[in-house]
Amino acid sequence: MRPRIQLLSAELIGRILREAFELLMSPGVRVGSAVVELLQSAGVEVNDGIACVPEPLVRKCLASVPRDFYLYNRRGEKAVHYGGDDVQFDPGSCCVQMLDPDTLEARPSETRDLVRIVQVTEALPQFAAQSTAVVCSDNDAPSAIGDLYRLFIVLQYSDKPVVTGSFSAAGLQGMIDLLAADSGSADRLRQQPRAVFDVCPSPPLNWSEFGSHNLLDLARAGVPAEIVSMPLAGGTAPVTLAGSVTQHAAETLAGITLHQLAGPGSPIVWGGAPAIFDMRTGGAPMGAVETAMLNMACAEVGKHLGLPTQGYLVATDSKLVDAQAGAESARSAMLGALAGINMISGAGMLESLACFSVEKLVIDAESIASAQRLARGIEVRGEEVRDDDGRGDDVGSKSLATAMFAQTGLSGEFLKLKETRALFRQEQYLPSPVIDRSARGSEPPSDVFTRTRARVDELVSKYQKPSLPEDVLRKFQAIVNREADREGDREADRAGVALPRD
Amino acid sequence: MSDQLFGEMLQSIVDGAPDRAAELARQALANGVDPLEAVNRGFAVGITFAGDQFGCGEMFLPDLLASAEAMKAAIKVLEPEMLKRGSQRETLGKIVLGTARGDIHDIGKNLVATILSASGFQIFDLGTSVTPEQFVAKAKEVDADIVGVSALLTTTMAGQKAVIEALDRNGLRPRVKAIIGGAAVTSKWAAEIGADGYSRNAIDALELAKNLMGKGTVSA
Repeated sequence: MRPRIQLLSAELIGRILREAFELLMSPGVRVGSAVVELLQSAGVEVNDGIACVPEPLVRKCLASVPRDFYLYNRRGEKAVHYGGDDVQFDPGSCCVQMLDPDTLEARPSETRDLVRIVQVTEALPQFAAQSTAVVCSDNDAPSAIGDLYRLFIVLQYSDKPVVTGSFSAAGLQGMIDLLAADSGSADRLRQQPRAVFDVCPSPPLNWSEFGSHNLLDLARAGVPAEIVSMPLAGGTAPVTLAGSVTQHAAETLAGITLHQLAGPGSPIVWGGAPAIFDMRTGGAPMGAVETAMLNMACAEVGKHLGLPTQGYLVATDSKLVDAQAGAESARSAMLGALAGINMISGAGMLESLACFSVEKLVIDAESIASAQRLARGIEVRGEEVRDDDGRGDDVGSKSLATAMFAQTGLSGEFLKLKETRALFRQEQYLPSPVIDRSARGSEPPSDVFTRTRARVDELVSKYQKPSLPEDVLRKFQAIVNREADREGDREADRAGVALPRD
Repeated sequence: MSDQLFGEMLQSIVDGAPDRAAELARQALANGVDPLEAVNRGFAVGITFAGDQFGCGEMFLPDLLASAEAMKAAIKVLEPEMLKRGSQRETLGKIVLGTARGDIHDIGKNLVATILSASGFQIFDLGTSVTPEQFVAKAKEVDADIVGVSALLTTTMAGQKAVIEALDRNGLRPRVKAIIGGAAVTSKWAAEIGADGYSRNAIDALELAKNLMGKGTVSA
């Protein structure tokens, strides 16, 4: 049995969806001009940029969404499964600041930070995917092609799938071209997508010009999209958690409708980054338990509809990699895993998503591993019970303990059993040295941040850069240069040539 | 009697009760109380108190917004009489506000507008996704003291820099001060783009604006 936490009854999910469908008719959804024609041709009324989307149309669009799909790594292997109750993690995205581990101050993130994050993420099996984690202020910010540049860096340094996103309507094509160059062709990219693109509505109920545009372009390109609706309960959405989940459902249903109208059958994820609204600071506390509850509940609604899901957890509001950071991040990793959210983004993030720490990313990996272990539950894997004549017993069950006791008697010598040696790796998650379980020695005990810094250095020193064929690299460079020219952005052009040293 | 009335005015603001505040304002006028005095000794004391309470964590944003709404309701009643007497409430300064080009997130900007307006600043809110040219034009038109640019997204923060550059190009600074805010904005970014100030939240923005106008309670 896989352990699960559910926050919503079937009845409440029904109410949430009923009200979400009501919201789609009144007050309706604000949409960008890019999708007006598409909606009108499907019979949707659009007045003054506000669309009233009827339930039957939404239902029809829901029916064409793939129930599951995979992201592939560079070797063409299935590496991320969106669908069912599979749980995977990726680092948070697009942070602007980096915690300096020496000074403990936040400074603008740079290309070298993104490279370091990618190197560490590449080495950690807890992360099924990379993300375009930080803005590279040295090269791409506030450049118009920053999103492309980040993906360009990640693709050069990683073989894993990538969770990314475009920040302009015009910039998306360059990113799709980059991925197609990586995959070999646009067709191949469609068949074996390596990346998923986050696309965000603006709360409440607004699919802005560029959000709408991105949904259309992704649907037509057949590249997976992930709708990241982010109601802030009490700020940009109803203060009640149930009310915010309802708004999230309405925004996501509207997005899926736009997307499927443009490209029926194109993969899309019921994702989100919902949070409560902090009534003191006006911020979005990502470490709050209610924020985790919102993510879990939103995913539950998506699962009820049979869709792949995503959430934003494993982040903290603390500015340091401290006890608060550990508590908040580990808690939400556990909750997200128990909710069966397919992709949980957010690891490594501090300060309510304003700052990234590679050290925190490594500590979060330990919390994630624990959460993944918990989500596997308690499995029966003892010896098969044999009758005296050697036949399996009637029900084919396994002995939990009796077969092992048959060998040890009352001696207590379990450590000697072959079962112990064969099974302990499956039963126990074996943490890295980041987690201190050692007996006290003569040295003064170290703290987790100190141990993690050493671990980060070790992971980076063992990292090996993927060797990309020269022609692929040349294609990458040509795309970046082309987009830089298009944007008239000579700075980014220069950045493309001067890659960071390994 | 007036003292008691002023006390009730203060309380109506702290309670965030616009109907009550308007009623007290009308009562003051009926009793011949100077409307300016009603503001300065009654309602405005309430909004300052609410700001302080917010600052020390006793009141929360919804409370503060309700207080600001109550303040607005009271001022609306008192304003015609103040105009008649030529005793208009002293404006702390004129502030042009908007979100940076490409940014449609306005919750923070709206909070700032509400709090500053309730506290006596004259606000010219240009709304969302405002171009540098629009900021400059409005600042010239109303002879603004301060221009405030909000940006939530890391991608639109560049728009804050563009506004400051446009203000410089048009020779409006240093007379017109440029302030910035938004979730991703830091004091470092403010320094980098040469902003005259930055604040983390609406109450800090009030303090910042007062300081820039030389009317602060603490030195900048």
